[in-house]
Amino acid sequence: MKVLKLVYKNLLRHKLRTSLTILGIAVAVMAFGLLRTVVTAWYSGVEASAVNRLVTRHAVSFIFPLPIADEEQIAKIPGITGITHQTWFQGVYIDERNFFPRIAVDPEKIFQIYPEFLLMPEQLASFKKERNSCVVGAKIAKLYNLKLGDMMTIRGDIYPGNWEFVVRGIYQPKDKTTDATQMFFHYAYLDERMRQEAPSRAGQVGWYVMTIDNPNSAAVISAAVDGLFANSRAETKTETEKAFQQSFASLSGTIITSLKFISYVIIGIILLVLANTIVMTARERIREYAVLKVLGFTSLHISGLIFGESLLIAMIGGVIGIGLTFPVCRGFGEALSTFLPLFNVETSTVVLGLVFSMSVGVIAALYPAVKSVRTKIVDGLRQIG
Amino acid sequence: MNQPIVQIRNVTKNYQRDDFEIPVLQNLSIDVPEGEFLALMGPSGSGKTTLLNLIAGIDRPTSGSIVISGMDIATLGESALAKWRASHIGFIFQFYNLLPVLTAYENVELPLILTHLSKKEKREHVEAALNVVGLTDRMHHYPRQLSGGQEQRVAIARAVVTDPVLIVADEPTGDLDKKSADEILILLDRLNKEFKKTIVMVTHDPHAAARAHTIQHLDKGELS
Ligand SMILES: Nc1ncnc2c1ncn2[C@@H]1O[C@H](COP(=O)(O)OP(=O)(O)OP(=O)(O)O)[C@@H](O)[C@H]1O
Ligand SMILES: [Mg+2]
Repeated sequence: MKVLKLVYKNLLRHKLRTSLTILGIAVAVMAFGLLRTVVTAWYSGVEASAVNRLVTRHAVSFIFPLPIADEEQIAKIPGITGITHQTWFQGVYIDERNFFPRIAVDPEKIFQIYPEFLLMPEQLASFKKERNSCVVGAKIAKLYNLKLGDMMTIRGDIYPGNWEFVVRGIYQPKDKTTDATQMFFHYAYLDERMRQEAPSRAGQVGWYVMTIDNPNSAAVISAAVDGLFANSRAETKTETEKAFQQSFASLSGTIITSLKFISYVIIGIILLVLANTIVMTARERIREYAVLKVLGFTSLHISGLIFGESLLIAMIGGVIGIGLTFPVCRGFGEALSTFLPLFNVETSTVVLGLVFSMSVGVIAALYPAVKSVRTKIVDGLRQIG
Repeated sequence: MNQPIVQIRNVTKNYQRDDFEIPVLQNLSIDVPEGEFLALMGPSGSGKTTLLNLIAGIDRPTSGSIVISGMDIATLGESALAKWRASHIGFIFQFYNLLPVLTAYENVELPLILTHLSKKEKREHVEAALNVVGLTDRMHHYPRQLSGGQEQRVAIARAVVTDPVLIVADEPTGDLDKKSADEILILLDRLNKEFKKTIVMVTHDPHAAARAHTIQHLDKGELS
């Protein structure tokens, strides 16, 4: 028999209490893992952005449009190898909850600027031909069971009215980090109707996306672009796609910050759950520890028993919690696949979850261990219990 | 008989409780020769347990010296003292103090965790000790499955398994009926006679004290 066996036997002493503590830790670690995955998924668009693309938007906010005439001027700047415009359409597809990006684009250029959206040549050709055609990401096609030739009716909000589109292409993502949840349609289709219904909104686009020959000249080129429109009616702000995605992401940054905060609160909760159990356990065993000391066990043995039990509970709970994180995140990822297209549990989340639960195991045992060690044998023996 | 196994010289013990001191033992001296079976009697609160704890090295005197088989235990540090207790003292409590999560066998084996004996040697020691107390057939039972007398016999096996020179017992029959108490006393007597263990036993029971060779009375911290 070893001291470890005593740890194990002690663990089974109050099976219900031990199980509940383990369960509490497991659920908390799982919640921690889920929240971290939400946060990383949120920023994954930023991570996936290309380094050789710049985005030019209105200097005040990307919700203000830019004149379509800017495109020609920007294209002339040295170092820019391609340019296209995009316009955020939004709208409601079937139900308000069915969110995914719907964007008016230039069909001639969009797939050149975004080589990570893979589209069959014949689909691209028929997309280009038809004015009210659209291309959707593979994930969206799967989710709404859309096939080539299907009609999509979208109720406009930013651009009022009913809008009919026919699916002429389904693009595939190049790899796991590519967003396959977007919908693209002809800018001309949008602009044409604006010209009739709201002429002041015609000839306006959301932002420009440029490819550049050298990522290192991003700053110089950005300055050149913004210089073109300084003191104009629509001043611009040009930045890397990454920075642009970040400003998009940080729109809801407060929510993300609170999620991060909550994930650390959860660590605190784990600590309290475990500390409660360990403190209770050590208090019940004051007399037993005194008896062990009489038998010759040292302070080191006694703290070993307490730390051992705490760590074992924390470890089992942590491992179960990490185990639960994967299926839960998969379920969440499927439910939220259009909001957060890249929902993967990262290794760092697994490691952090385990590291945190182990540290909690140590911290929870500190006070009871010190207290048990300091208790004099004669006082421990006088403890009723 | 050569040098006494327990030599207590001018021991004073006060307990500190908050701001005032409780004097328990005053300038007490006593020798216990090797092979002795000593009974300590005295009214409640007279300091019997305190004296026993000092002899067993689980508490320290306020002043004075305690020499057990040639070793002045007051000079030992905490962990050295723990080690010393493990190999020299067998302690028997009034309320047995077995670990409820361990079987009789495992409870007896507990002190051997601290030794370097092989697995086989440990088993031999444990079985021998359980054999002495007559509980080999109950070794896989948990304390809650044993009677009080049986629990105390397991506790005695635990006390002797390391083959200590000195056995101290604090009212070992205090919680037992007369028949079980008798069995325990017979057992202690056997340990003394057959296994040559020196025993210091605290008791309130004159019947128990009658088993001992010598009876000492402790009153208000002084021996008489
Ligand atoms: N750990 C302690 N802290 C403070 N006071 C103590 C402690 N242990 C004993 N005392 C006090 O010392 C005195 C003697 O106690 P002790 O337990 O030695 O008496 P005892 O003779 O064993 O009594 P009993 O027959 O009731 O067991 C009592 O007044 C007791 O309150
Ligand atoms: Mg007493």
